[in-house]
Amino acid sequence: MTVTTRKDWASDQEVRWCPGCGDYSILAAVQLLMPELGVERENTVFISGIGCAARFPYYMNTYGVHSIHGRAPAFATGLALTRPDLDIWVVTGDGDSLSIGGNHLIHALRRNINIKILMFNNQIYGLTKGQYSPTSEYGKVTKSTPFGSVLSPFNPISLALGAEGTFVARTHDMDRNHMMEMMRRAHLHKGASLIEIYQNCNVFNDGAFSEITSKDKRADNLINLVDGEPIIFGANSDKCVVLDAEQGVRVADRSSVTEDEILIHNSKRQKPAIAFALSKLASGPHEPTPIGVFRDVEQHEYSESLQHQTEDALNKKGSGTIANLLSSLPTWTVN
Amino acid sequence: MTIKHEALDRVVIRFAGDSGDGMQLTGDRFTESSALFGNDLSTFPNFPAEIRAPAGTIAGVSAFQVHISDHDILTPGDSPNVLVAMNPAALKANISDLEQGGILIVNSDSFDDRSLSKAGYETNPLTDDSLKRYSVYEIPMTSLTLEATKDTGAKPRDAERSKNFFALGLISWMYNRPYDETINWINKKYENRETVLQSNLAAYKAGHAFGETAELFASNYTVAPAHFEKGTYTNITGNHATALGVVAAGLLSGMQVLLGTYPITPASDILHELSKLKNFNVKTFQAEDEIAGVGAALGASYGGALGVTTTSGPGVDLKSETLGLAISLELPLLLIDVQRAGPSTGLPTKTEQSDLLLAMYGRHGEAPLPVVAASTPSDCFEAVIEAARIAIKYRTPVILLTDGYLANGAEPWLLPDLTKLQPIEPNFSKEFNHENKDGSKSFYPYIRDPKTLIRQMALPGTPGLEHRIGGLEKSNESGAVSYDPLNHELMVSLRAHKIEGIQDDISDAVVDDPTSDAKILLLGWGSTYGSIAAGVRRLRARDKKVAHVHLRHLNPFPKNLETILKKYETVIVPEINLGQLSKLIRSKYLIDAKSFSKVQGVPFKAVEIEKYVLNFVEEN
Repeated sequence: MTVTTRKDWASDQEVRWCPGCGDYSILAAVQLLMPELGVERENTVFISGIGCAARFPYYMNTYGVHSIHGRAPAFATGLALTRPDLDIWVVTGDGDSLSIGGNHLIHALRRNINIKILMFNNQIYGLTKGQYSPTSEYGKVTKSTPFGSVLSPFNPISLALGAEGTFVARTHDMDRNHMMEMMRRAHLHKGASLIEIYQNCNVFNDGAFSEITSKDKRADNLINLVDGEPIIFGANSDKCVVLDAEQGVRVADRSSVTEDEILIHNSKRQKPAIAFALSKLASGPHEPTPIGVFRDVEQHEYSESLQHQTEDALNKKGSGTIANLLSSLPTWTVN
Repeated sequence: MTIKHEALDRVVIRFAGDSGDGMQLTGDRFTESSALFGNDLSTFPNFPAEIRAPAGTIAGVSAFQVHISDHDILTPGDSPNVLVAMNPAALKANISDLEQGGILIVNSDSFDDRSLSKAGYETNPLTDDSLKRYSVYEIPMTSLTLEATKDTGAKPRDAERSKNFFALGLISWMYNRPYDETINWINKKYENRETVLQSNLAAYKAGHAFGETAELFASNYTVAPAHFEKGTYTNITGNHATALGVVAAGLLSGMQVLLGTYPITPASDILHELSKLKNFNVKTFQAEDEIAGVGAALGASYGGALGVTTTSGPGVDLKSETLGLAISLELPLLLIDVQRAGPSTGLPTKTEQSDLLLAMYGRHGEAPLPVVAASTPSDCFEAVIEAARIAIKYRTPVILLTDGYLANGAEPWLLPDLTKLQPIEPNFSKEFNHENKDGSKSFYPYIRDPKTLIRQMALPGTPGLEHRIGGLEKSNESGAVSYDPLNHELMVSLRAHKIEGIQDDISDAVVDDPTSDAKILLLGWGSTYGSIAAGVRRLRARDKKVAHVHLRHLNPFPKNLETILKKYETVIVPEINLGQLSKLIRSKYLIDAKSFSKVQGVPFKAVEIEKYVLNFVEEN
């Protein structure tokens, strides 16, 4: 194993995101993480679609493909099916993956193919200069919705869980350590993993997440899901999450419940019901919002299952040649 | 009554019935037994898009035409000599094609008032003299089948479904097809469904015995085996040959194959065949949509596999953006378009050649790619290998055009001499190809061979050659994103010249002009091969001189094509579209090529080609 540092993973290309963009901190987190993952640069591939986030592969000193809008999961799926030896990351945004590429995203998750999807969610179209996105809040005023958007947003975590995602997590661009921890766990997961990264677009949607990520609000509005620990938050650790017969889960004052009633987080629950309820705890990033791994379960991985079928066929029939292929047909001979 | 045995040199039989009547199966089996008997043959299945269109209606009629002969034939035949009509709708939809005096065999049980009215008959054609031009045999196939199967334990409703086997038995007797082989085939096909097996066997035997004993037929016929070149043959459809070609291309190149695809008529059979062949280094991936199918294929190509996607017209539309990406990335990709009648959903089960200009031009930007076409069902095998060879060697997407007629039609295929199949060398890079200013080394993905303009390609997993590619315009050689105007023009022209240069690496067009002094050239491509060649034979039989060129490569055209075209006074281009190749020829060579078009969802008849040329000669 070659020992590397962050520098080894950075390409020679000048990074061209707007100054102050949240993408820089995500890039730094990835470049810092890679040396510790135990993978070689040549076996690592970053694949993206279109959008600001999609420039990401150009900045990684690995193999990389900047493909077309929404289609990165499809491209990555073909690569993962034929090259299970590679470590494949998909970098996408909320428009790329939830709008034009929605179909590929849900099917990649359902298929549980071995790719890691980093979804940079800034709740806006940045590269096309500021139209509302599938995650923009209702009423959002943008260039294409001067009177306010009249659409409810997608919740990417709920969507991923609904699509049978086996690894679903959320993090944000203001917390490098948390980002790295989520990516580390995604990397350990066999199958498809999705990490939603709340990412600030300081040009077209500045402060979209400041209600929950700014230093003074974090304690009260970020709920850090940690496996095996009771879900407690608040500057004074005075709030918690409990099960609720009507809504699945709800926020409660710790003083109003017994310690036993506080929900213990467990991302390994096979059924996604509680994870889904947690994803719906906040109606948007302006009230107490969970981050962390919502779900992390084992399930048959697609390329491996397909490979097993191939190996079965090889065991039964041997490695085929063109002569075998033709001799298996019903034939007659003319002498 | 003694039954006479007559020898025929050829016969065209059409089986027609409801789409649930099993006509395709009947025709397939008759074909297979004729193939094993040694006839030359050609088939034309023609069926509706609905799996079970309303029973008894014209829309629900499914037909299978098979032409068998004791000599070399090229088409499924213009007009059937024998029509088997299982119900009034099948009669109504097909009778106009039956030759005068031809044999018409009808299932008389189905000619009740309700079925007649569903088919739109006001009077019963069996009694109103409208069929007097034909030799009509009224046979109560349903009741005879029920009678024959009553001891099999099949319920009458199920037993009735065996009537296609009665028809198969009868026609097999009429044309002296091998008896036991079909019995064995039925035994094997239905081995896990005992009642169905017994019922079908009983119906087949009853149909055969009926012909022999009913004293209805004055004669039965033999069509002797054709004289074939020595060798081993199989009977093959275009889709099956295509699937085998894909496997062969993978094995010849040593590359794993990934078929990324989405079900679509009439291409799905290629997926079905390939999904069985997992021990041939082939993986199949049924994607969530057409776009993901081609996207996965391209992703596989990026990793060093041969990415293949199969589809039909509507799917090509959806894949066009990914084709553009493949052109920009310069990665191998094989798109197989089994053309069908469009636009939009069109006629999904009917054939057409109307995607040629789509294949040529259907992408934004300057986005040229090679286009290859197959000309007969068995030719699909070699056409796929040729398309894959170009894709792999030139690192480009290639579109292979087949169509519904080739896909489902069958013919005998002399199995290829494996020693003549050339290996395909992908030539992946393993070494640095650039020295940086500081003396360090790196890999530039767009450094090209100066002659062929083929770019260097390094696969993920190759240490030290890490690089990034993408759909943004890239700097020549380094591949870094570039917005430089002159670089863009250079890259556009390099990509175009690379495709044009393939002309030096493809076979010349072959002219069929035995006396070398014909004045008229018929120029065709794709599945019109059989019809045009048969039309040419008919013309030559009338001492009309006519030449025929059939194109394998549509982009780039063969190098000698211009010289050939300019040698003839008249160039006629028959196509199952409104004149797409003729447009290309006119614009490229400034030749007054004449388009002869037919767009009815069915192939040309040989006689139509003959008549067009005769009329042309008369009028000019």
